[in-house]
Amino acid sequence: MNEDAGPIFRQVAAQIESAIVDGSLPEESQAPSSNELSAFHRINPATAAKGLNQLVADGVLYKRRGVGMFVATGAREQLLKRRRSEFADQYVRPLMAEAHKLGISTRELSSMIDRWEHER
Amino acid sequence: MSAVATLTDVTMRYRDHTALDGVTAAFATDGITGLLGRNGAGKTTLMQLLTGHRVPTRGRVAVLGADPYENDAVLQQVCFVKESQRYPDHFRVRDALSAAATLFPGWDDDLARSLVADFDLPARRPVNKLSRGMVSAVGITIGLASRAPVTLFDEPYLGLDAVARQLFYDRLIADYAEVPRTVILSTHLIEEISGLLEHVLLLDAGRVLLDADAEDLRAAALTVTGPADRVAAFGRRHSVLTSDTLGGAGRAVVRLSGPVDAADLLAWGLTAEPTPLQQLVVALSRRPAGVPAQAGERGRTAFEEVTP
Repeated sequence: MNEDAGPIFRQVAAQIESAIVDGSLPEESQAPSSNELSAFHRINPATAAKGLNQLVADGVLYKRRGVGMFVATGAREQLLKRRRSEFADQYVRPLMAEAHKLGISTRELSSMIDRWEHER
Repeated sequence: MSAVATLTDVTMRYRDHTALDGVTAAFATDGITGLLGRNGAGKTTLMQLLTGHRVPTRGRVAVLGADPYENDAVLQQVCFVKESQRYPDHFRVRDALSAAATLFPGWDDDLARSLVADFDLPARRPVNKLSRGMVSAVGITIGLASRAPVTLFDEPYLGLDAVARQLFYDRLIADYAEVPRTVILSTHLIEEISGLLEHVLLLDAGRVLLDADAEDLRAAALTVTGPADRVAAFGRRHSVLTSDTLGGAGRAVVRLSGPVDAADLLAWGLTAEPTPLQQLVVALSRRPAGVPAQAGERGRTAFEEVTP
């Protein structure tokens, strides 16, 4: 895991969330166990378990006794909703701040986005 | 927290210096603790006290509910892998392992064998004919295969190359996941092991500088960069551990005294990144010039800089 990115359990949770959002971890499929996560990321198993438990608390994963953790139905939609609501803060705000620093007007920025969309 | 080992107001004085000065600390049952600090901070002394190698000048040490000193019932549950472990002259690798097997009731022979294979240890070679790194690998093999409920590693990696160290960390994690126990690991290679740690005990000049959950520490400090005056202004709201300036640009490692709004920082024109554990330890252990150590006298050890 990335030592420069804050608490590791949050990174573990965020990575599993990303896998659910991009579809590589489908709903009702089994999530990796804390020991698998611990070996893969070379982190303490308790830290990995903390990341998983956060996802359980959020309703993204659920436990099946003696089997493991599974992706809840509706988890992807829930995560998409949350990520969309965070989008402005995480991406638009820094974009605007940097544009402001460089003297790029909102209109210029908007036309850049249009152009980018066009050339893609 | 249920503690498996505790030190209560422990002071350890040698003839002319105080190695530990009023240390109180507890080690949780089943957890990996990093014992950190500069050379001469008292890490080895603390381990020697926990393993009954020494008796404190003052204070109380308890391991598994009893004083470890000359206490066989406790000591067979405790494995101490020393920085420069010595073995009897005629001992071959296999002799060292079979001696350890008789000492520890939880010894796992299969694990020992697979570690010997992984580290490519020559079982029939005398230990005193091994390279420094191979001797370290013997210690690590014993430490892991002992499966002792309390296992201490005192800088166990001397002479080990990066590949072998990674092997140690991987096997430690895998075996710890299988058989949880209390592991206390002293190291200067903080970056390499920080992901393994659940808890951090940082010593400085014989005193506890920090005793905290490793994950909490990862959120406890920020490295802030930006215009020097704004960095300084931000620092005043919290607690600046170290700061540097270059022209009009500033950088500070800041221990947070409260929550920080990322948008706020951005509005100030500051960039903030979580401070890696190693940087935090360096920043905390580095006293400004002219400020004396907190504890009494320093050891005579040459202080080696803990560089990133």
